[in-house]
Amino acid sequence: MTNRSLKPYLEALPYALLLVLIVGVPIATLITISFWETDGLLLYPAFSFENYRELFTSSLTLTLYLDTIKFTLLTLFFSMIIGFTCSYFLVFFVKSLKVQIALFLLCTVPFWTSATIRMISWVPFLGKEGVFNSAVQGIGLTDTPLEFLLFSDFAVVLTYVHLFTLFMIVPIFNSMSKISPSVIEAARDAGANDFDILINIIIPLTKTGIALGSIFIVALVMGDFFVVRIMSGGQSASVVSAMKNEIDQLYYPQAAAAAVLLIAMVLIFVSLILRVVDIRTELAR
Amino acid sequence: MAKLDKGNNRAGVSRRSVLKGGTATLVAGSGMLAAPMVWANNLKDITLQQVGPSYSVYPDIAAQASADLGFKIETQGAWTDALMARVVNQPETVDVADLEFWALSKVWRSKMLHAIETSKIKNWDKMIPLFREGKNFDGSDASRQGILPYEVLYVDGPGETSFAGGATDHATLVPTIYNADTLGIRPDLIGREINSWAELLNPEFAGKAALLNIPQIGIMDAAMAIEARGDFIYGDKGNMTKEEIDRTIDILIAAKKAGQFRAFWSSFDESVNLMASGEVIIQSMWSPAVTAVRTRGIDVSYAPLKEGYRGWGIGMGLMSHLEGLKLEAAYEYLNWILEGWQGSFMAKTGYYSSVPDTAKAALSAAERDFWYEGKPASEDIKDPFGGLQGSVGLVRDGGSFEDRIGNIACWNTVMDEERHMVKRWNEFISS
Repeated sequence: MTNRSLKPYLEALPYALLLVLIVGVPIATLITISFWETDGLLLYPAFSFENYRELFTSSLTLTLYLDTIKFTLLTLFFSMIIGFTCSYFLVFFVKSLKVQIALFLLCTVPFWTSATIRMISWVPFLGKEGVFNSAVQGIGLTDTPLEFLLFSDFAVVLTYVHLFTLFMIVPIFNSMSKISPSVIEAARDAGANDFDILINIIIPLTKTGIALGSIFIVALVMGDFFVVRIMSGGQSASVVSAMKNEIDQLYYPQAAAAAVLLIAMVLIFVSLILRVVDIRTELAR
Repeated sequence: MAKLDKGNNRAGVSRRSVLKGGTATLVAGSGMLAAPMVWANNLKDITLQQVGPSYSVYPDIAAQASADLGFKIETQGAWTDALMARVVNQPETVDVADLEFWALSKVWRSKMLHAIETSKIKNWDKMIPLFREGKNFDGSDASRQGILPYEVLYVDGPGETSFAGGATDHATLVPTIYNADTLGIRPDLIGREINSWAELLNPEFAGKAALLNIPQIGIMDAAMAIEARGDFIYGDKGNMTKEEIDRTIDILIAAKKAGQFRAFWSSFDESVNLMASGEVIIQSMWSPAVTAVRTRGIDVSYAPLKEGYRGWGIGMGLMSHLEGLKLEAAYEYLNWILEGWQGSFMAKTGYYSSVPDTAKAALSAAERDFWYEGKPASEDIKDPFGGLQGSVGLVRDGGSFEDRIGNIACWNTVMDEERHMVKRWNEFISS
């Protein structure tokens, strides 16, 4: 009897230990250090709320979060539209399974090179004397180069969408391909048009995928500093890029406090998403 | 920002007060003399791990030194910020650290560095007076805006956490290379003479100027421009008061809002690409970045400006965990560095040696004339890897060694109000 009730716990034990080791310990360290003090070199164990007080009273924190959230929402919006459209096409318009899989793999081709290379390759394309501007000027659409293309918020969002849309395509594709064709057939028999089917059947049934994709994108965009730094030409800052500036100056406790706040913010975002879609029951479906 | 300012006295420990009040505990951190007989035999088993920024630590130099000295020197790249963290937190992973002088004001008091006995450095007396005595070539006092290397070069002895006021026989680093930084410009796209730092903020270059995004250096370049434009005079650009920092950042935010800056670069290659692509035509720049742009056949001027240069220097420090034979080997390496081979190698990247006599002796007459004397090139000028820098007739921007290094107006630094400065700098970047 006791054996039976212990068994699931024992089975989960290795995972639990691993989780404590690689997630629990670092986060506990982070939280501990966020209460410490520093003089710019050495850390002094303490229990001070000063780092947090500074964080919450600085207008910079708000600016940074507004910027980061703006990037997150824009990226979510565009990657959702592209991800949904691609998956919709793959699932409902491509009849042959082989072609479907081939096209799906095609979506992953850009991912065969590193994210950094995919990002950097936008720079010569979008620059003042870049490929795009030369082309636009060449065909006489404009006289002066379009400067907003590079080192701008536009470039940042473009890169995020390019880098992260696959994380949206995969889960949406997955949930869409689970939709039974007979459901759609039945709806059509009952007189529904394509739009009705999209709104009333496909979107509700793919929201798990959308939610999963959104979680990836929220975590990736909110935790990024490299794309913001390179693609904005250093013109914009993100929560993490400000944190990196702190770390470079050896202000670890302040950076730790900022990191704890970021984790809290990401958790809030994710729990909001989970509130809309109950992923666990949906996945078990 | 008043509510923020209170945050700065947080721990009640300001950096400078710790530096100044460092207690004179004489901890014998240095390794004592090893038996001299053993060492020739065991020397070949020794490996020294040298860590430093890529513009200072070259595998080519380490390979030459290893061949000459009979023991092994391995190199690892790390920027100053990462290196400071390693020196303090993982000292055992470093034997020789290439540190910028300003970094000493942060890391020296951690006692992780060995106080170098200057008597064991053969060429110490041939080192330029700027380092050894804090004097310019003409005997005048060097500018002390920012951290003049001389201020942090000496300590009274092993275990001291504060710097000595003047020259002693214990050094924190052995100075190696240094340079005088100025603005890089694209003369072909500007088409007129640029002779003042004020041009960095000139609206004529709106959308075509860049600043470097390393707060303590970027703000100095900005301060040079603001002072040159006549906005106000700083007490010490290298150690601004809170009010000066606020005024500077406010001016920068206004300039950014007006669209002055095209980019803020953080790494060397970004500055190269900005300049080479024409995105930016005037910006803070480093000497090897200028040579890198020129290698692509694009003309860049790194001309002297009337307000003077922003100087910086780097030196080699020995870690305090070195002892016995390994410590002796490290001293041997330091001595080798000042013998000329390294100096001539670095000269061809545009940097000067702390012992110019030996470096000059190791260069060919034509190279010496170009890099050190500021004379027109009498043959093709190449970098240490054979890349073409310029052909016959090219003259080094700013002229001779004495002209350039004698005209430094301020030094790379860490400010007392650094915390406040970094915070405001982040505001500027995110504005």
